[in-house]
Amino acid sequence: MTTSKETEVKVGYKSPIVMGSIGLLTLVFLGLLGRDGMVAFEISRRNDSLQLPTLDIDSSLLGVLAGLAMFALAGFSLSKAIKNLKTPIWVSIVFGAIGITALLGWLAAEKSVPIAFITGTALVLAVPIILGAMAGIMSERVGITNIAIEGQLLTGAFMAAVVSSITDNFLFGVIAAMVTSALVSMILAVFSIKFLAQQIIVGVVLNVLVIGVTNFLYQQWLTEDAENVNFPGTMDIIKIPVLSDIPILGHVFFENRITVFLAILIVPTIWFILFKTRLGLRARAVGEHPLAADTVGINVGRTRFWWVTIGGSIAGLGGAALTIGNAGAFGREMSGGFGFIALAVVILGRWNPIYASLAALLFGFSIILRVWANQVSPGIPTDFITMVPYVVTIIAVVGFVGKSRPPKALAVPYVKG
Amino acid sequence: MKLELRGITKRFGAVTANEDIDLVIEPGEIHALLGENGAGKSTLMNVLYGLYTADEGHIEIDGVRQNFSGPGDAMAAGIGMVHQHFMLIPVFTVAENVALGHEPTKALGVIDIAEAKKQVLEISERFGFNIDPDALIEDLPVGAQQRVEIIKALSRDARILVLDEPTAVLTPQETDELMEIMRQLAKSGTSIVFITHKLREVKAVADRITVIRLGKVVGSAKPDAATSELASLMVGREVMLTVNKKPAAMGDVVLEVEHITVLDDRSQKAVNEVSFEVRGGEILALAGVQGNGQTELAEFLLGLRKPMGSKAKVNLNGKEITNKSVREVLESGVGFIPEDRQSDGLVSEFTIAENLMLNSSYKSRFTKGLNINFAARKLIAKELVEQFDVRTPSSETVANKLSGGNQQKVVVARELSREVSLLIASQPTRGVDVGSIEFIHEQIIAERDAGKAVILISSELDEVLALADRIAVMYRGKIVGIVEPNTSREDLGKLMAGVTA
Repeated sequence: MTTSKETEVKVGYKSPIVMGSIGLLTLVFLGLLGRDGMVAFEISRRNDSLQLPTLDIDSSLLGVLAGLAMFALAGFSLSKAIKNLKTPIWVSIVFGAIGITALLGWLAAEKSVPIAFITGTALVLAVPIILGAMAGIMSERVGITNIAIEGQLLTGAFMAAVVSSITDNFLFGVIAAMVTSALVSMILAVFSIKFLAQQIIVGVVLNVLVIGVTNFLYQQWLTEDAENVNFPGTMDIIKIPVLSDIPILGHVFFENRITVFLAILIVPTIWFILFKTRLGLRARAVGEHPLAADTVGINVGRTRFWWVTIGGSIAGLGGAALTIGNAGAFGREMSGGFGFIALAVVILGRWNPIYASLAALLFGFSIILRVWANQVSPGIPTDFITMVPYVVTIIAVVGFVGKSRPPKALAVPYVKG
Repeated sequence: MKLELRGITKRFGAVTANEDIDLVIEPGEIHALLGENGAGKSTLMNVLYGLYTADEGHIEIDGVRQNFSGPGDAMAAGIGMVHQHFMLIPVFTVAENVALGHEPTKALGVIDIAEAKKQVLEISERFGFNIDPDALIEDLPVGAQQRVEIIKALSRDARILVLDEPTAVLTPQETDELMEIMRQLAKSGTSIVFITHKLREVKAVADRITVIRLGKVVGSAKPDAATSELASLMVGREVMLTVNKKPAAMGDVVLEVEHITVLDDRSQKAVNEVSFEVRGGEILALAGVQGNGQTELAEFLLGLRKPMGSKAKVNLNGKEITNKSVREVLESGVGFIPEDRQSDGLVSEFTIAENLMLNSSYKSRFTKGLNINFAARKLIAKELVEQFDVRTPSSETVANKLSGGNQQKVVVARELSREVSLLIASQPTRGVDVGSIEFIHEQIIAERDAGKAVILISSELDEVLALADRIAVMYRGKIVGIVEPNTSREDLGKLMAGVTA
């Protein structure tokens, strides 16, 4: 009797309706009522050895075409919904990509879109969010809610800047950032596992604590003696030979600081460990059903402790990416909510490192979009442009991601008899 | 492998769950541990399995003293356990669940899932379990999940298998299959500890029986001992194994239910096109294995879930209550004993008196204007405590200090102290001691004899057979048959497994 239970899930028409309305908005506002003028999508950068021709298209024509393509996808989604089937994930991804292209084309009427620059910067900006999200995933997969990602990022940013400045060595800075953030995580781990404290409260307290301590030290120490303790500079950009010459991808992925390379390596590694190895199976078991894990001899407390702690060190690396991997010096509360965005990204990515990273890229993209839109068409209110990706995100969460299922034992302390 | 428990004592605060228990399990025997709910059987087995540490006493295997600091140690020593609440991870596959904790791996700690599947298939085929190693646990019926638990224990070379209340979630047929599996395992040399409170099963399968009451061993018996003897040993006094009831005096139709379809929390059809009616003065039992829509149907009748479709119709005493709110349903004369008193029946931090006024907290004899009439409440609570035989120091005692049986009596008192025309009793005696079971059964029959309509939802076939005037069997959200109470267990079992004549 191993037959599956009858499953009669209602798919509903949410996806096609959302897709159809966005398609209509695109068609009308970016297409029919769009702006005239050619827009050039630059595939190669000006100083690349291999120069590919730009793709030129009329801005409003692009809007119309995009709108029609989006209608086609909405129709496809509708045909699936009628047959009570879910809209495949690739349809959502293609849909989003088309929408973003139309938006870029609309903004850059009579100008050009530097694809490599935008995507490259989006990645760099996304790295702290990605690494913060990895910390969140590692901790939530074993059942500990990690609200303290913000604090861990800030700790990493601070330590990386200060230690790099003092020792004049970026490696020490990175190590210090990772170790200190891991220590912050340990507080969360110990309070949650050993003292069964309410995890949200511990997380909030840690955030406030780290903000307070770094603000104090910044004011009293870093600003007084900035040259010696807060002048790290940024790490060198490493160009991987040959690979970095590939158009677009080369610049985006193979011409970066070490923090970006590490992030690119860490994400698939965590995915692999989580879903393919013994360590990951045990970690997920602990997060889903700790008592069951305990009854097969898995030490729940220890597993939780190490995943949370190592997660913290990865968030520390994300913090380092903020200072010595991008801006250089440490600034007051410079993580500026990235930790909370990472928290959202964890859920948006359904506790999956790959999906979460894609979601983080969306946020990185929205940050660079604001900066670039301001330069390329100063007439459009930037606040409005900034809003667009977040609106898209909300729609994506409601329409496409559907009900995500967190680890079952999330935020539930495990008490042994 | 010979297992000996010597003088095990386990206390939780002031409560002694196990007191000086001695138990010897011989190799290859099926040893039944018989006792009421709360007698301390599960605690004892959790001590054996290393989940709890005993305060006194020790465990010996083949004469060697053991010191288990966790389930890992117990498993390494050859003890496997099938818990009452399955220790399976619903989102993992069968193979992943079986492998968890002793995963076959390739380089870099990568799980060798092919090897894990092979292990499952090997054991599954040896005992004819018919389990697909790639199936997700949450998609499997409970009977299959239980077999996964057994595979899990056997894959760790368990030589002593502890089965904790394994039949609670099974159909009679699945129970028979399980017993066959137990005999087979015993024949191949595995010792089995079978924990249960069901006398019939003990007599059918056990080689030896140890009876536990209030945390102590009160005796041992052979399976050929008389049922009444085992029962009085288990309960500590003479018990009536049958319920006395007069033939039903059927009245008018009280409840009419037509074309009901209800979704569960996962948006799947839990109740599928169900129609039935209940008359005054009869007990209609909704029998069936847990999880076949009974819970959702009860919640629907109370107004907690909304029906799907436009054909759905519920009439109570001729008045339609289909889409009414819970309060309106209650006020129109429905009493409800929920299946889980801890989470739905009581506020466990509230006192008995407070719990007794939960369904009449407004405009009632408990209130005075906007305030609670404390004096009246005290009086009413005192009366009800006496009338319903709730064993408690006072009506101001907090509900979670009471035993399961007494908690349930508080729920019953609350629901029956109001004038109702329909009583819905969902698993009214689950986790309740025998004394309280007798009392609650008497109350339910008294309601029936007073001309009320009663819906009894129970997965205990014994209870259904003892109380019901008609039995409706639910399977996968449908009522597959409504039969007379003199139907044989075998035929009921077939219905519960979805086999219709």
